[in-house]
Amino acid sequence: MDLGYSESEIAYRDEVRDFLATKLPKRISDLVKNGKRLTKRDYEEWQTILNEKGWLAPSWPPEWGGAGWSAVQKHIFEEECCRAGAPRILPFGLGMLAPVLIKFGTEQQKSHYLPRILDGTDWWCQGYSEPGAGSDLASLKTKAERQGDHYIVNGQKTWTTLGQYADWIFCLVRTSNEGKRQEGISFLLIDMKTPGIEVRPIILLDGEHEVNELFFTDVKVPVENLVGEENMGWTYAKYLLTHERTGTAGIGFSNAALEHLKTIASTQMKSGRPLKQDPYFAARMAKAEIDLEAMKTTNLRVLTQADSGAAPGPESSMLKIKGTVIRQEINDLARRALGPYALPFVSEALDEGYNESPIGPDYANPIAADYFNNRKLSIFAGSNEIQRGIISKTKLGL
Amino acid sequence: MNFDLNEDRRILSDTLEKFLRDKYPIEKRLEYSQSEHGFSAQMWQEFADLGIIGALFSEEVGGFGGHGDDLMVVFEQLGKALVVEPFLSTGALSGTILSAVDSDLIEGVISGQTQISLAHSEPGSRYDLAYVTSSARQQGEEWIVNGHKSVVLGAGSADKLIVSARTSGAVEDEHGISLFLVDAIASGVELRSYSTIDGYGAADVMLTNSPAKLLGEKDSAFSLIELAHARAIVAVCSQCLGACEIAKDMTVEYMHTRKQFGVIIGKFQVLQHRMADVLIELEQMRSSIINAAGFLDDHRDLREKHCSAAKNLTGRAGRQIAEEAIQIHGGIAMTWEASVSHYAKHIIMIDHLFGDTDHHLERYIELS
Repeated sequence: MDLGYSESEIAYRDEVRDFLATKLPKRISDLVKNGKRLTKRDYEEWQTILNEKGWLAPSWPPEWGGAGWSAVQKHIFEEECCRAGAPRILPFGLGMLAPVLIKFGTEQQKSHYLPRILDGTDWWCQGYSEPGAGSDLASLKTKAERQGDHYIVNGQKTWTTLGQYADWIFCLVRTSNEGKRQEGISFLLIDMKTPGIEVRPIILLDGEHEVNELFFTDVKVPVENLVGEENMGWTYAKYLLTHERTGTAGIGFSNAALEHLKTIASTQMKSGRPLKQDPYFAARMAKAEIDLEAMKTTNLRVLTQADSGAAPGPESSMLKIKGTVIRQEINDLARRALGPYALPFVSEALDEGYNESPIGPDYANPIAADYFNNRKLSIFAGSNEIQRGIISKTKLGL
Repeated sequence: MNFDLNEDRRILSDTLEKFLRDKYPIEKRLEYSQSEHGFSAQMWQEFADLGIIGALFSEEVGGFGGHGDDLMVVFEQLGKALVVEPFLSTGALSGTILSAVDSDLIEGVISGQTQISLAHSEPGSRYDLAYVTSSARQQGEEWIVNGHKSVVLGAGSADKLIVSARTSGAVEDEHGISLFLVDAIASGVELRSYSTIDGYGAADVMLTNSPAKLLGEKDSAFSLIELAHARAIVAVCSQCLGACEIAKDMTVEYMHTRKQFGVIIGKFQVLQHRMADVLIELEQMRSSIINAAGFLDDHRDLREKHCSAAKNLTGRAGRQIAEEAIQIHGGIAMTWEASVSHYAKHIIMIDHLFGDTDHHLERYIELS
């Protein structure tokens, strides 16, 4: 075993650092570091820069424009990006749909959609959850009926993240009611401009418009937009979800959040000394850090194994649970660290260009909102309870 | 970065695992533990012949291992079988000290002929390594040691003791501590031997004007004592990991077979989810030990920080795993007859060796 980075890994890390130092616009990293709102344009600007460098799709095979990186390289990249204050790379097209297309799509689908994901032509969103199908995803009801060369789609999707910007949506739809519920599901690609689609915002508990509900009324979708075989969508959906979950360990985000927490705990005072010297607070911070340090190694152990060919299995569920628990603990500590100044919240102050002086410390405004927003971490991508069910079934044979 | 064991260590691990499976079933372990010396002299010799003791020493001093990885591999397997022979005391603790100051004795240790225990902690020291009240004074060529050493692992069967004693400084000073070699049958050496609650041999040792030989330099043994404990932490955490693996396996097995309300208890979601968390904590424990083992040869602060992190996490996770093992087994785990109870006891009591979770959390903060 060797825990240190090899010479080539160090060289690679330095290359990433140089790239971030010169190419990541300061305007954007300032927004990220100060917990400000990012617009569609901000995400697109950064993804274009990454794509020009060939670094936008580290996990894709090189023939489709992937970077061909090892697990360790991906880890380094993620860590450095978070440290530098780069916006997160939106996963819907790049990390969710693309692996499914690469594994199950036709050559036409791959050569049409993949380049458009890379160059930002298409903004994708995810159509999985429904009002009656949350953790119990297989109970989804949105219906697609074959009529000649088209499917006619009717139903409702929800929690569609940034769907207000999307050009396309990949959807799980019901194409059969026979057999097991899982056996009648298909995976469809739908143009958001198709008549009959309505997008309505859902305002989250932090006041933000991040997710939406979507209504489909007699939406006509060409049959060539079916991915893989009809009624086999559940297989593709599960494949996508294991990819989704490995990312949700969120090590890089936790790292950055812990560094930010340390800054806050060094400046917030309690009884005349910095909060980080308070034994009780220091103990909670240290525990979170110890767990995170171990988590980094757990994550790398899983990813390096996946490098040698094995698809991430139930291990990705373990990463998802522990990774989100740690991240939420850090969010909780940051909120507590502020004391009473966690209370004031000025929504407009999250916008770029807000010029008024802050209420309380300049880092205070987004902290409680982040805490609330990140309660989603243990709910989405298969709630942590669903993950425990998966572990129990696959690792314990129960 | 690479998390795979090399070929030699894989062979070492497999060999030891197979050997223990054949020779060290839980009934034998309980028999050895309850025998006069609290272990089997014959097994100790067999371990030596198999090269397991030598795997804990570096090539420079006549062994063929001695790295963090070697400690991890060996002690994880020892933990799986709850081995009671004095690997921690003679191998990890004394071995580290001998490697630095008196390699002449190592040949006898590796061959299984000599057992040596480190007598360091004292009734008032708790987990503070600098707290030493025992004293030594020079009388002509010879040194004379006085003091009370507490919970000395393996002392009952040790041929020699390595005793820490103050040659200058105040009670909690790092400077002024020296190490001495004391013959177990030397005059003034009195042992009160006992078995620990989890079945390992130990003793409180009283030294009254006992003749001793100075090991290494006078007054400056603290950093070596700290290093010995760092290596012992990697060893004992690995031992805990091995024991936790088995406790987990036994519990999963039980969930598949024990029926209540007409179904196997593994069908109950509340138990499934708790076992899923056990699995996660086991992986976290392994990761923290990999980190500590990987930094053992690094500079002091980094090494100690990772050791404290591992000992803290192992203590927390170990408690969760042991308590869940007992709870999910239910009443049967409260019996001596159920082997899971012996695993649970060892996992819990490991937190009392070389600093518990609270001690190492505090220390981690100091080192941050």
